[in-house]
Amino acid sequence: MEQLDFDVAIVGSGLAGLRTAIEIMRKDGGRGKVRVALISKIYLMRSHSVSAEGGTSAVLFPEEGDSFELYAWDTIKGSDFLADQDAVWRFVHLATQEIRLIERWGVPWNRREDGRIEQRWFGGLSFPRATYAQDKTGFFEMRALYDTLLKYEGWERFDENFVTSVVIENNQFKGFTTIDLRSGNMRFFRAKAGVIATGGAGQLYRITSTAASSTGDGYGIAYNAGLYLKDMEFVQFHPTGLVPKGLLITEAARGEGAYLVNRDGERFMKRYAPSKMELAPRDIVSRAIMTEINEGRGVRDEASGLDHVWLDMRHLGKEKIERKLPFIREIGLKYLGIDIVDQPLPVRPTVHYNMGGVHTDINGNVQSPSGPVRGLWAAGEAACVSVQGSNRLGSNGTNECLVYGYIVGNEVYNYISNERPEPQSASPSVLEAEERRIFSEVLGRESGGEDVYELRDELKDTMEKNVHVYRNEAGLAEAVKKIKELKQRYKNIRLSDRGRVFNYNLQHALELGFMLDEAEVIATGALLRKESRGAHARIDYPNRDDANWLKHTLAVKGPDGPQFSYIPVKITMWKPVARVY
Amino acid sequence: MKIRIRRFDGSKSWWQDYEVEAKERDTVLDILLKIRERQDHTLAFRHSCQMGSCGSCGMVINGKPSLACQTRVLELKTELIRVEPLYNFPVLRDLVVDLTGFVGKHRAVKPWMIRRNPEELEDASSEFVVTPQQNMSFVQFDYCIMCGLCDAACPTMALDPLFLGPQALAQAYRYVADPRDEGLDDRLEVLDDAHGVWRCHFAGSCSYVCPKGVDPAKAIQFLKKDILKRRLFRSKKESSSPATLPKVEKVPDNAPHPPPFDYKFEEVSQA
Repeated sequence: MEQLDFDVAIVGSGLAGLRTAIEIMRKDGGRGKVRVALISKIYLMRSHSVSAEGGTSAVLFPEEGDSFELYAWDTIKGSDFLADQDAVWRFVHLATQEIRLIERWGVPWNRREDGRIEQRWFGGLSFPRATYAQDKTGFFEMRALYDTLLKYEGWERFDENFVTSVVIENNQFKGFTTIDLRSGNMRFFRAKAGVIATGGAGQLYRITSTAASSTGDGYGIAYNAGLYLKDMEFVQFHPTGLVPKGLLITEAARGEGAYLVNRDGERFMKRYAPSKMELAPRDIVSRAIMTEINEGRGVRDEASGLDHVWLDMRHLGKEKIERKLPFIREIGLKYLGIDIVDQPLPVRPTVHYNMGGVHTDINGNVQSPSGPVRGLWAAGEAACVSVQGSNRLGSNGTNECLVYGYIVGNEVYNYISNERPEPQSASPSVLEAEERRIFSEVLGRESGGEDVYELRDELKDTMEKNVHVYRNEAGLAEAVKKIKELKQRYKNIRLSDRGRVFNYNLQHALELGFMLDEAEVIATGALLRKESRGAHARIDYPNRDDANWLKHTLAVKGPDGPQFSYIPVKITMWKPVARVY
Repeated sequence: MKIRIRRFDGSKSWWQDYEVEAKERDTVLDILLKIRERQDHTLAFRHSCQMGSCGSCGMVINGKPSLACQTRVLELKTELIRVEPLYNFPVLRDLVVDLTGFVGKHRAVKPWMIRRNPEELEDASSEFVVTPQQNMSFVQFDYCIMCGLCDAACPTMALDPLFLGPQALAQAYRYVADPRDEGLDDRLEVLDDAHGVWRCHFAGSCSYVCPKGVDPAKAIQFLKKDILKRRLFRSKKESSSPATLPKVEKVPDNAPHPPPFDYKFEEVSQA
């Protein structure tokens, strides 16, 4: 196995990975002392962060009534009180600098007439603090970060390197193993510090707003290395996915005034969130839409057989749509031939975001059953601090990537420059075992006849059917059973592409291995959590149960599946109250 | 329907035909995915976001560089769909091309914000003042998703491998046109060159194929104009300055939340 030596290895090149790399470069100040490898399974700039649309929240206008306290409250109430309040408090403060820094690096934020940054409403906010650049906010943020990173020397890009494992020995990070897709050979990125910034796992579902790359590889490698995954049962469904595939129609549409209407033309949100209406948090709006559909007030899309409701933007007018929602108009036109200026869009909930992730402390340092892992951090959707609790507010995802990229970049830089860790080396047997696993047990297996894509389809169907917006005991138990069956069958997969160069068949097989682990943790965690909180809605336990369940779920790999334990939520500012909008 | 794909395995290349059932809304990407998942696991192509944002699935469809995820099969109105890897790029396998040179050219034009006082780029105390009209003057050129379609369509790229190409030049203009940037002089060496802006013959095919409306051809002509103005008339740009924020004495208390209980937070560090 080829070995490459770096001070820092970052896997994932979305907003969190880029921001981490930039922060290390800024701190290094061009001295070239800290050498960074930026590793991505796709090309840099192709990460799913580019699809973030609506906005990034931050307190920019205290003189007009916004405050850190208000922002923290919105986030904590939105999280259904599962967010760690000390982490939220720090997060809301740092978001402001991030918005202004990336403005100076080039983000074309929409502007007010006086030349200052413009903000708008988003779900669950008490002040219009979603800062936005048209409806391509994540895209423009990626552009600015990617371009800014290009001005620094001292880092190297490793596009199209698929991470297969994180190597940890004695709770010390050693490096990452990857397959270089271009050569098909394995690499060991030996590094003093590592950062997992691989994003979420929306591809577990069929109807999803996420990119094909969102298979949660970071969750998979962490879980297989014996690290904790936290709060994985909380999967966010974005209320407005475009029928049939679930492409994202930004919450900003509703922020700008769009209506949700059912088959009778009724704005049904008045029955679910009378004061916030369409701008209630995502978990509430998604449940409302599913209830409308389940009770027969949805509309059937004949081509796909899917039921949906309408997202109506006609009353916004062409001028406002062109200035603030041009991408949504483009999506409607290109995929359905519908112009939102004179027709509503068919929408239904679509899988969007994982609140859970690799368990970290408030500084992004990854935690294992034997304590903090020396030299390993996680940031962005891959990590769970937890800032988002059981339901992330819209416009809080991109800034978690930015804020935690900043925090983790600092932590990593300080670790390298202050603690001066020795270069690490992994046991040769560990690397040989990994190489054997990939090349002999997956790529080279001659026996067995299971097909990667058939298993993946069955997994997606199971998650879609049983681990959706509404969940119940029987469905979740069925899902767990099915996933265990799929895991058995996975041991018999056989690839038909035996080549080395750009073997996507192999990549998809390895991704599927991770996805099966993730699905098992999500479904089992959901089965165990006997309450409804945020994005986790149990029909059989419809109420939040603070007496028993105001706690974070931790899952760790055991011999026969995940083993669960729980840790308390950090409540520092507000005691949980009823969550009414 | 039938789809004919140009394949390459590292040594030999060939055309391969596939028969696929297409639905009304299917895109070419949907068809390729069906082939890879149901018929032929060895077909190599890139894709990711499936909504025209990530730039992964650029390829030549019926002779025109296109994004597979945004090309609906029925709109092509042909019995046979022909798919090839992007022109003007080295092919690695099937529809996967080598982007190393492409991203290198992008980096060569210094596509980042340049200020005469670099400390202004590290100051998070306020934003630059930019009016909505100023914003509109350059934002179109910031739509670039780096899919490579423009470079694949460019006749000059085919003849001059050293030509920076429409993608990189349009991105240079994106910064030159940005009222916050002061870096035209730093970029002149690469732009004002035989392989820079002057190599462009204004065929306009880049703008024709651009899936995001960037209009690289227009950007390059504007860039020529800016370079001439700078070279001939020593013209100077009026760039934006950082905003001065109003002093906030006391935050108005209109918060809907219950009063927090007493808790001492550690100092929050700001950059």
